[in-house]
Amino acid sequence: MKKKFAFLFASLFLLGACSAGPSGGGNSNGNSNGGGNTQEGDTIKIGLNLELSGAVAGYGTQEKEGVELAVEKINADGGILGKEVELVIKDNKSDSNEAATAAANLTTNDGVVAIIGPATTGASKAAIPNVTKAQVPMITPSGTDDAITVNGDKVQEYVFRSCFQDSFQGVILANYADETLSAEKAVIFGDNSSDYAIGLTKAFESAYDGEVVLRENFTKNDKDFQAQLTKIKNADFDVLYLPGYYEEAGLIIKQAREMGIEQPILGADGFGDEKMIQLAGAENVSNVFYTGHFSALAPANDTVQPFIDAFKEKYGKEPSTFNALAYDAMFMIKSAIESQDSADSAAITKGLAELKDFVGITGNITMDANHNPEKSAVVIGFTDGKESSADTVNP
Amino acid sequence: MEVMIQQLINGLFLGSIYALMALGYTMVYGIIKLINFAHGEIYMIGSFIGYFLINSFNTWGILPNAWGFFIAMIISMAASALLGVVVEFLAYRPLRKSTRIAALITAIGVSYLLQNVMIYFFSPDTRPFPQAIARKAFSIGFVSVSNIQLLILGISVSLMIILQLIVQKTRMGKAMRAVSVDTDAAQLMGINVNRTISFTFALGSALAAAGGMLIGLYYNSIDPMMGVAPGLKSFVAAVLGGIGIIPGAALGGFAIGLIETMSTALGFSDYKDALVYAVLIIILLIRPAGILGKNIKEKV
Repeated sequence: MKKKFAFLFASLFLLGACSAGPSGGGNSNGNSNGGGNTQEGDTIKIGLNLELSGAVAGYGTQEKEGVELAVEKINADGGILGKEVELVIKDNKSDSNEAATAAANLTTNDGVVAIIGPATTGASKAAIPNVTKAQVPMITPSGTDDAITVNGDKVQEYVFRSCFQDSFQGVILANYADETLSAEKAVIFGDNSSDYAIGLTKAFESAYDGEVVLRENFTKNDKDFQAQLTKIKNADFDVLYLPGYYEEAGLIIKQAREMGIEQPILGADGFGDEKMIQLAGAENVSNVFYTGHFSALAPANDTVQPFIDAFKEKYGKEPSTFNALAYDAMFMIKSAIESQDSADSAAITKGLAELKDFVGITGNITMDANHNPEKSAVVIGFTDGKESSADTVNP
Repeated sequence: MEVMIQQLINGLFLGSIYALMALGYTMVYGIIKLINFAHGEIYMIGSFIGYFLINSFNTWGILPNAWGFFIAMIISMAASALLGVVVEFLAYRPLRKSTRIAALITAIGVSYLLQNVMIYFFSPDTRPFPQAIARKAFSIGFVSVSNIQLLILGISVSLMIILQLIVQKTRMGKAMRAVSVDTDAAQLMGINVNRTISFTFALGSALAAAGGMLIGLYYNSIDPMMGVAPGLKSFVAAVLGGIGIIPGAALGGFAIGLIETMSTALGFSDYKDALVYAVLIIILLIRPAGILGKNIKEKV
């Protein structure tokens, strides 16, 4: 009998502990007004939740470089409001679940006041519930899906980005196909396994004035595109629209050009990795265009050249779009902190939402009501694997 | 019509790689009734060995172009054969007398182990495979093929023929056939069963490595996860053709390549993998032993 009671008490106690956990835990180091984490001591802790390994490690690694360069510069210039920036870096392994876990860890265990990352749409979406619960703002440097900042009609209060969104890119590319390339017939060959490519396809289709003559699909990790490309080759078209990431895009460009498909190939910022050119083979990357957030050939303002110089000095290579976007994300946080005169999460959130005329590497940014930056886009063109043109296109 | 013929040819090239890999599955199954799930990883490691060798040749400035590729391929096949033997010795031999499910689970474990070891040491990044052989396209009438596609088909078919000769004409081949029929009886006749099984793994692994390098050259892209999908599909090919039967594996491989390509050509690209498995299920329902399999009732 005694044993039974002991067991009952033990289980009641355990149940009690369980239910007490979440309600007390979430806000333990939040301040009373506005929630989120407060800045303590002499450092401002910023979290990085990035794809440092896994399928899209290329993006995350580049963004880490961008943020680290920005932090180095900020700290060398005396920090923000006299306080040094300290980075807490987490690898989300290009995995949505890991991204959610990393967001929870950064906000509750490490007490960061703001997060940069993740780099991709899927991982960013996965991180949203945890940052919202913790009331800590996050900026994704390259998550371009429209639904990241706006869920239905509701703006995600703690989510921002330093890049433009998919619908905007799709529209820019459709305009580019219509006006610059005078393409009347388009073929869409898209990745139907990613939100990113589906969003791009939708936006392109609605904005394109010409006719879409053929639609083909591929799936992530496919390597053989001969069957689809054989069909495309036999279609009559002026431009091939290729919404997808660099790994498949590189292979498709190679196989298409080898098969004798000579038409211009249009893509979005998912092409933006040196690997795309390596996989396709430089000689095949001609007449290929993609929307970039930044190009050294078409600098948005005079902060660009010093950034390129500093980057080359630190890493010994040319900065990429992802380096630039992440660099801007860090400076957007700095600007938000300075405008509110406080490095608490709530202040940063407010500062980011009200960001105006921010002079960034990737353009002059004003945050719109949906937490998307308003800025111009660059369509970068390639000849033999080298950037050969850059046209600034306004929406 | 012309497009369809081009598509059939596309399917043929894709199928020849599946066929090459399916041979490894089928031989190992034929001899010890084990589905060696680590086979796809041997294919991946084969292509990585080739990648490092050709890159080293380039930096040392020796063996340019095609020669470098073929020598790298032979070394990679030899190294993968050795790896296959080591895997068999460490992972499967101790379980030879255990249940089949234990060996199967070990095979899946080995497969994950090899993937993760490669990811740990060489990062999960996709790498561009050195294009050691310059691509040339030929047009025969309305059909266009490239020298690399012909190379894939040529090497695959010749390796299959060599394999068939080894199995049918040599003493080792005779031993393999004997072990596959009855291990204990073969041992009584003086056949070294362990050596025969090791030899089978070596042969199958060498073929997989050749496939890995050809695919690297063809697609210009290799990564530590590249063995998973082709591994599964060539396993399906082996079952489709009649597992344990060497010509069946080749036939199954070509069939899978054709089904995949034709389903895409007909506008079902979203369902191409589903169609491959649907065909497998149908074959298993109407011909459980596979296309070339004989329906032998097991005595209970």
